[in-house]
Amino acid sequence: MSDPILCFKNFGFQYNAQSSPTLYDINLTIHKGEKVLITGPSGCGKSTLAHCINGLVPFSYKGKMEGSLTLGGKETKDLSIFDISHRVGTVLQDSDGQFIGLTVAEDIAFSLENDCVSGPELYERVNAAAGKVGISEELMRHAPGELSGGQKQRVSLAGVMVDDVDIFLFDEPLANLDPATGKQAIELIDEIQRQTGAAVVIIEHRVEDVLHRHVDRVVLMQQGRIVSDSTPDELLSGPLLSECGVREPLYITALKYAGVQITPAMHPAHIDTLSLSQADKEKVRSWFHSTPAAAAKPQRPVLLQAENVSFSYANGHHALKDITASVLKGELIAIVGTNGAGKSTFSKVVCGFETHQSGSIRFAGEDLAQYSIKEHADRIGYVMQNPNQMISKVLIFDEVALGLRTRGVPEEKITETVNNTLKICGLWPFRKWPVSALSYGQKKRVTIASILALEPEMIILDEPTAGQDYRHYSEIMEFLLDLNRRGITIVMITHDMHLMLEYAERAVVFSGGRVIADAPCADILTNAEIVSRASLKETSLYTLALLSGLESGREFVQRFIDYEREVYNR
Amino acid sequence: MINIFNYIDRPSPIHRLTGATKLICVLLWSFAAMLTYDTRFLAVMPVLSVLLFGVSKIKLKDVSFMLGFTAAFMVLNNVMVFVFSPQHGMDIYGTQHILFGSGRYALTSEQLFYHLNLLLKYLSMIPIVLLFICTTNPSEFAASLNRIGVKYSIAYSVALALRYIPDIQREYHDISQAQQARGIEMSKKESLSKRLKSASAILIPLILSSMDRIETISNAMELRGFGKNKKRTWYMGRRFSRADILCMVFCALLLGISLLLNYLNGSRFFNPFI
Amino acid sequence: MKKFSVKTIVAIGIGAALFFVLGRFVAIPSPVPNTNISIQYGLLAFMTVLFGPIAGMLIGFIGHALIDFSFGWGVWWSWVITSGVFGILFGIATKKLRLADGSFGKKDILTFIIAGVICHVICWGAVAPVLDIVIYAEPIEKLFAQGLVSAIANSVTTAIVGTLLCVAYAAAKPKAGSLKEEE
Repeated sequence: MSDPILCFKNFGFQYNAQSSPTLYDINLTIHKGEKVLITGPSGCGKSTLAHCINGLVPFSYKGKMEGSLTLGGKETKDLSIFDISHRVGTVLQDSDGQFIGLTVAEDIAFSLENDCVSGPELYERVNAAAGKVGISEELMRHAPGELSGGQKQRVSLAGVMVDDVDIFLFDEPLANLDPATGKQAIELIDEIQRQTGAAVVIIEHRVEDVLHRHVDRVVLMQQGRIVSDSTPDELLSGPLLSECGVREPLYITALKYAGVQITPAMHPAHIDTLSLSQADKEKVRSWFHSTPAAAAKPQRPVLLQAENVSFSYANGHHALKDITASVLKGELIAIVGTNGAGKSTFSKVVCGFETHQSGSIRFAGEDLAQYSIKEHADRIGYVMQNPNQMISKVLIFDEVALGLRTRGVPEEKITETVNNTLKICGLWPFRKWPVSALSYGQKKRVTIASILALEPEMIILDEPTAGQDYRHYSEIMEFLLDLNRRGITIVMITHDMHLMLEYAERAVVFSGGRVIADAPCADILTNAEIVSRASLKETSLYTLALLSGLESGREFVQRFIDYEREVYNR
Repeated sequence: MINIFNYIDRPSPIHRLTGATKLICVLLWSFAAMLTYDTRFLAVMPVLSVLLFGVSKIKLKDVSFMLGFTAAFMVLNNVMVFVFSPQHGMDIYGTQHILFGSGRYALTSEQLFYHLNLLLKYLSMIPIVLLFICTTNPSEFAASLNRIGVKYSIAYSVALALRYIPDIQREYHDISQAQQARGIEMSKKESLSKRLKSASAILIPLILSSMDRIETISNAMELRGFGKNKKRTWYMGRRFSRADILCMVFCALLLGISLLLNYLNGSRFFNPFI
Repeated sequence: MKKFSVKTIVAIGIGAALFFVLGRFVAIPSPVPNTNISIQYGLLAFMTVLFGPIAGMLIGFIGHALIDFSFGWGVWWSWVITSGVFGILFGIATKKLRLADGSFGKKDILTFIIAGVICHVICWGAVAPVLDIVIYAEPIEKLFAQGLVSAIANSVTTAIVGTLLCVAYAAAKPKAGSLKEEE
């Protein structure tokens, strides 16, 4: 390996506002041209480590540093945040926050403007950076609101590429992207690294998706410490990932279920490099044959029936075209598709936020068109993606009681309903706490509780697990499953493939304002045509099945899901 | 939603002027119109505005909805002035010529003349701002402010406001729908203090999430070197051409004439009654 | 004027954008026909307490100017400037409050409301009318009537909306406390 660029030595950090350190005893060296994935559960310190690399620690977030952190041989605390920004280019998770310019071109130019670059040089460098990330000439005058998530991320990347940085730092680059766009993002990062020869550091908890392209090393963190620093092949051969609460690639989990011993020599880092011996393949096949198929669900009545629904926004955008879909009573289903495919619009129409221009929506046999937003909510609840966008009361009890109070329910009845809801949602011990004292996942529960208090028959959740690590993701989903068992019909809008695969009985796929598929998730994720039209990704389980010589990849995927459910329920 | 400021991109000589020129001209023009009440001068300004609209290729229908606001505002203001001070004209011009009626609300030539002046004043000041809005690319606005001497940090605040208005508007809309579903109402059915409390139920989540947004954006800006130097350049900044200089000189002349008229008239008013 | 921190600059921009959105798109009908309540002054007061008088001035000035630009009824410089003046005055009057640290008690609420009423009366009862007389030579009776209505309406929104915002903000600030789970 060539020279080290970044070097942590016995490094520790404690925020001023906190009572204990966030990072302990970090020893980590990153060399020129290297590609490193830093992963770990939420709160493990990986974001703080990123802040240390790009200089936000200690220049924006104050605290106590220990040990040494050098960038190009100089202690970062002796540099300024501007010096560091010339060497470390950061692409933040929140692409709307990072997109500062009014148009694409202005945003890419931002750091050059701050360096007082002007005239032809400014335009040339902006165009060159745009070219490298594949932003077309025509896109340069567009405003951020007109771009997709993937395009915004490209702009962010171009914006840091205008400087010749030594390190690219990506903070959760996959968080806001649909699966296919995420895959492209990983390919783009790989390409940029090859072109520039800079080091790349990716902070991400979706290990399987990052490993879509070669990574030199994976650094695993837990509770402020580095617990492992090895090649992906080595890491995936051991139990550390799942022990730390990070999700393993699905094919690895499947191999483990089948009793296959994974070794670095098998190259498990990627499904395409994975080599299985005949004996291993036989193990996978026999696991498949010995796992029973789940019992078919009993027939259930239709709860929601949308027929030929069309909707256009006031600006003329034709968001829903002739939608026909249904939800059965007691189901838990997923609505999937890219941004702008119409899945959010559909849920808004169902909740009465928007009124469709043609077609009909019947709920339990009744046409809801005559009812107000508030009356819709008595039957169909809607939970926004970000709990912070719903919470307006200081105390948990008041927040959950809000909808009942606006409906004029007597106070004794409110107390009873709210207390019940809090118990169901596992919030009873916190009932006297202010909402602000809760974690993000608990806040999410509060918002779900505030909707449940109105006792709707169905709830729609927008991206219920966005931004959650594996443990919190599982917690939220098990909670939803529990509600589902209590008889509440649940519809989730998502582009998380794991979520649909593991929890939804069925998926309705939107694309370009139409429903293009409505089938069990295993069918959808193994259908190449639908996968590509809906910007999804084929699941690696399918590839594993084919690799193992099984004929029905679809059946294998289904069996895996059923088995996982069994494991969880035990 | 995207074009809230009604910028209309057309090839015209006025569009080709730099944003800074247009900003300076609007300011000079506005001061010229503000400072004098000379009827002759105020009568010329609206005519000039109409001519400029012709040059800019902005059509009446492009701005009709904005002109609707303007007209409503002018009528309302004139009515209010008459209701509250029907003798304001006499106070200003010092004479009284009753046309008809008697008592406090007798209609006088002086009052009518004052209303004519007020109308001309609005017409001198409003269309030029409309023209500025329709012909200036919002992207150029911050660069222009910086050009005329506003600190770049403050100029950039304006750019950030323009950048994030659509995002905040969308967020407000989403939050408001979700809260309405929970029964939050702001319609007339409720008492005023209840309406304000309802509004707060939407505002609180909006503002708390905006505080997070401020944090993210300021981190992003610092990581990209904002505030490093005493100056900064602008991608959308342009050099002044000859036409730019000419326009600024012309508007400076207007301001000069306005001041000169005040001096010659001996007051801000042109008085035909003496 | 000392150099602003980047955070203050961003707060001015986002504050002005919020002021704009509330003033331009959020219509709360008032008891007086055809007039809407300007809840943006509650927001302005809150932002001013958090970020200081200069930020308050700029948020009011920029936000109000953008609203006028967007409606196209011309820029009423007299009122735009007054929104800025309110930011300065209110910022100075509430300088002692420590909302940024998460403290906003009963006494602070009182200071906040009283300062709001005083500043609004000065601004809409004196500053705006005087500027209108200078610019438009409009009659004083009309201006003071208008000013009085605005002062009352804005004082009410500041007192209710502004206070609720401050209380919510202070509550959302994590404080080291002794929270216990209860069975």
